[in-house]
Amino acid sequence: MDSLITVWNALPFIVGGSLVTIATVCIALGMGLVFGVPLAVGQVYGSPVVQRLVGLYVWFFRGVPILVLLFLFFGLFVGLGLPVEPFLVSCVVLGLTSTAYQSQIFRGAIQSLPQGQLKAARALGMSDGAAIRSIILPQALRLSIPGWANEFSILLKDSAICYVLGTQEIMARTNFVAARTHEHLALFAAAGLLYCLITMVGLYLLRRLENKTHIPGYSTGMN
Amino acid sequence: MMQNTENVLRIHEISKNLGGKAILKSCSLDVARGELKVLIGPSGAGKSTLLQCINCLIQPDSGEIWLNGQQLRRHDKKELCAFRTQVGMIFQDFNLFDHLTAEANVAVALRKVKGMNRHDALQRAREELGRVGLARRAALYPAQLSGGQKQRVAIARALAMDPTVILLDEPTSALDPELVGEVLAVIRDLARGGMTMVMATHQMDFARALATEILFMEQGVIIERGTPDALLAAGAGTRTQAFFTRLQDMGDESAS
Ligand SMILES: Nc1ncnc2c1ncn2[C@@H]1O[C@H](COP(=O)(O)OP(=O)(O)O)[C@@H](O)[C@H]1O
Ligand SMILES: [Mg+2]
Repeated sequence: MDSLITVWNALPFIVGGSLVTIATVCIALGMGLVFGVPLAVGQVYGSPVVQRLVGLYVWFFRGVPILVLLFLFFGLFVGLGLPVEPFLVSCVVLGLTSTAYQSQIFRGAIQSLPQGQLKAARALGMSDGAAIRSIILPQALRLSIPGWANEFSILLKDSAICYVLGTQEIMARTNFVAARTHEHLALFAAAGLLYCLITMVGLYLLRRLENKTHIPGYSTGMN
Repeated sequence: MMQNTENVLRIHEISKNLGGKAILKSCSLDVARGELKVLIGPSGAGKSTLLQCINCLIQPDSGEIWLNGQQLRRHDKKELCAFRTQVGMIFQDFNLFDHLTAEANVAVALRKVKGMNRHDALQRAREELGRVGLARRAALYPAQLSGGQKQRVAIARALAMDPTVILLDEPTSALDPELVGEVLAVIRDLARGGMTMVMATHQMDFARALATEILFMEQGVIIERGTPDALLAAGAGTRTQAFFTRLQDMGDESAS
């Protein structure tokens, strides 16, 4: 019973950390979306130089563990005289990493569209920029939602590692209480459930987005 | 025959190599206002490649393209976009924008290319859909339309840009036989209305009835050209006629 009481008492503190976790994940996902889309477009339609640069970026951020990146960027922030705020560093590292993964989700979606879509847009006199904005991306982004939901759930779990910098998210707060009360089992079980709950809600919302943006009569299995 | 000397579209000695193979060898073509040129020839002859070279969806290796007496500088992106708004294209497999309703398919280029506002573009789109008999399907998505309806939307989409010329690449080849007629009827109306067109097709009866000139193409070369009467006359002994007869035999076989 003691452990339950400990968990109960610590719960507001730990649940408060989920706000930090959610904020980190939302900012990182948003960053990944904002930078990942142009990267994907560059990789598919850009000049060979642009394609190489995007490839290099993706190679680096997929290759280096997030834990290493956290310390690397921490050092970088210190070196550049930037505010060494753990939350900020965590968002930047997760955001840049997610950019790499998301760019590949979008690239795959763009490349899965039939060639004729771009041809038809060009044949109407659209510039490539207009064709990509009005024809290619609206379709590619729809196709990306399932992959994006996967990226969300992975990013949420990866965000736990940001506790090493002292970011006050779920994991850091749980660890803090556990170190004082020695109720590891109960506390981490609660933390685990919390992550599951956030994943569930997030995936549910993305599922709704997918249904809402579904094109009538269109089957996504093929094509 | 009416002689119309005003050349709207002039294609001069277009050549194209792909994968080390000569796909088009010095193809030339002059199209006067109101003409319907029909490209025929076996599969793989280069008809699609030629049509797509005309609006530079495939950049030709050499040759000249003229529209209304002006030579296209085909590597100038702005000029190419302006040229393409004047040259409509209909594809074999429709290429409708899958995420847009029929009316939005027609309206999107009016907005993004011609700068029309949403309201005017949609109104124009509905007019064009009405012209091809699809007024009541305006709010449906491509996946909710039959093949024949899709191709008519594609025609409405091209017409909305007020093109000078329309290129049609086997517009009925992907259709179930019972849907071919409705699309041909629309194209026939366009031809009678004086629209200038270049069309690749295997619909020989249509070509015979409406073409001002038939061009027979084989292995990247236009090897015969002339009026349907000249090329298809009994005993003309032309390649075109032999091809026509073979298509008819095949049609009879599959019918029996
Ligand atoms: N990208 C390509 N690379 C190499 N060969 C091609 C390519 N596209 C088309 N071809 C070849 O060009 C020839 C002409 O094709 P196409 O213009 O589609 O003929 P048609 O429309 O008359 O059936 C075919 O032999 C085809 O295999
Ligand atoms: Mg073809």
